[in-house]
Amino acid sequence: MALRSTVVEAPDIAGRLSWFTQVREFCQQRPLGAIGAVVVIVNILVGIGANIIAPYDPLATDYGAMLAPPSAAHWLGTDAFGRDVLSRIIYGSWTAMLVGFACAFFGATIGAVIGVTSAYFAGRVDLLIQRIMDIFLAFPLIILALAVVSILGTGVSNVIMAITIPMIPRAALVARSSALAIREMPYVDAARAAGFRHRRIILRHMLPNVMAPYLIMLTAYLGQAILAEASLTFLGLGVSEPTPAWGLMLRGAAVQFAEAAPWMAIFPGLAISLAVFAFNLFGDSLRDALDPRLRAQ
Amino acid sequence: MAKYIVKRLLLMIPTLLGVAVLIFFLMRVVPGDIVELRFAGESAFAQKENLDKERARLGLDRPLWEQFVTWMLGILRLDFGTSMWTGAPIIEEIKLRATLSFQLAVMATAIAVALAIPLGVVAALKQDTWVDYAVRIFSIAGLATPSFWLGIVFILGMLIIFKWLPPMVYTPFWVDPWQNMLQLVWPALAVGYRYSAVATRMTRSSMLEVLREDYIRTARAKGLWEKLILSRHALKNAMLPVLTVVALEFAFLMGGLVVTEQVFNLNGLGMLFVESVARRDYTLTQALVMLVAFVFIFVNFTVDLMYAWIDPRIRFR
Repeated sequence: MALRSTVVEAPDIAGRLSWFTQVREFCQQRPLGAIGAVVVIVNILVGIGANIIAPYDPLATDYGAMLAPPSAAHWLGTDAFGRDVLSRIIYGSWTAMLVGFACAFFGATIGAVIGVTSAYFAGRVDLLIQRIMDIFLAFPLIILALAVVSILGTGVSNVIMAITIPMIPRAALVARSSALAIREMPYVDAARAAGFRHRRIILRHMLPNVMAPYLIMLTAYLGQAILAEASLTFLGLGVSEPTPAWGLMLRGAAVQFAEAAPWMAIFPGLAISLAVFAFNLFGDSLRDALDPRLRAQ
Repeated sequence: MAKYIVKRLLLMIPTLLGVAVLIFFLMRVVPGDIVELRFAGESAFAQKENLDKERARLGLDRPLWEQFVTWMLGILRLDFGTSMWTGAPIIEEIKLRATLSFQLAVMATAIAVALAIPLGVVAALKQDTWVDYAVRIFSIAGLATPSFWLGIVFILGMLIIFKWLPPMVYTPFWVDPWQNMLQLVWPALAVGYRYSAVATRMTRSSMLEVLREDYIRTARAKGLWEKLILSRHALKNAMLPVLTVVALEFAFLMGGLVVTEQVFNLNGLGMLFVESVARRDYTLTQALVMLVAFVFIFVNFTVDLMYAWIDPRIRFR
């Protein structure tokens, strides 16, 4: 009995150890990636705990302190309505993370499913799906975003949709090219011989095996989505007041009063850059770790 | 090769047709039409009969399929019609804006390539040293910085430090090259930085892959100069994927610089996009979308042709 229980437990411990070792190895071998991951985690925590951390209400106006420069009371200064820039950046972190994760998740996942399906069926189905993807690839993103916003109005969920749609065909392309090789694997043949349904083979046998490119796309899209959200919002096509968002802080007054109050334009941009920078740093190291071709000799 | 080209050209048709269908119906789903918008400020004239008369004049009263077919037949004759808002021929509306966008795209590409190739090659040669790390941080930062914000910072920096602003009114290059450059070099730098980051990363990873190929080892084994190996054997082979990202990025710049154009007050294609959608100028928006889609598809086609030309394995597949 005793012997048997150790045999059962052994893989469990080994599994936990190897997970921990993997993380430690990643941090040791790719310090840049680890730094990126830490900044990402801090960013998420700041976004979640915004109402605890932020020194002021992001919407509270203080006409006594309009366009105040950075000081002990307002670390990053105030905007044209006397709102605290730091608090608005902290609250904006939530919007950015929400849009980033939602777009990257939906974009990469839907794209991967479409791409793998396309590769699995091959032939005419593949050709048809590829042509539809081509149409969306060639379609200018800004028009898609303009149309979504004109039809559905501005708002976080609509921005997520406007950014996700153009991501899908790009993700599908990547997933398809990896899945083409997987399709020829013996285990896919075996699954087919066992009489499994198409859906089961695609979702349970092929999709898990495009995990590496999927994770790479996911991390790359996180940063891109945050940038796209900031751009759309800056144009007035994204998130709208009073939702705190970094792109919104750069809009209007920030440019108008840029000379008198440069902090209004500089800090939100730095927040965007830092967040995207961290995501990219992490994603890059992850890609290097997952892609054996790029490892140093 | 001829068969390959014909096949690729034929594949362009369904894609362009799909784009046409998509934009045509998308524009009609967007609430409000040009007539309503135009009469919005003049309630006295905004009676139903006036609106209907105007719609009839623009052909908007006809069934959708008829409008679509008429439009498609026009495109086949390369006739894009007139702008519904201004009444001017669409070719004229687009021409001036496209010149500006094209010049900006060329300048940004030049900046990007000039930065990317040396940086990418050096990073690959010195993989995992501080040089590599510095180049990677520089390029990841380029990807992370919004171009439009970098533009704001440029303007702000010049305003605060030099008390000088770049000219805000567009001067065509052939009228006054100096004024033109003074204005366009800043947006080109702001956009070129991000663009160079994309290309640097591609150069680096592509070089890394090529440097591991057998023919590089062979070249080294037969005692060739390192410089010759790098320039003739490695760089040439590593350039193909770089060319792809540069070309695709160029296609994107032709219509995708909406925000940067806004910051620098440039009347390029991106601004025209926003204006035409805001006015529900169906004909102009449709023509612009077709133009941008065509540029994208054409650039893709050219890149693929170049691949096929350089790599015979693709040609004969």
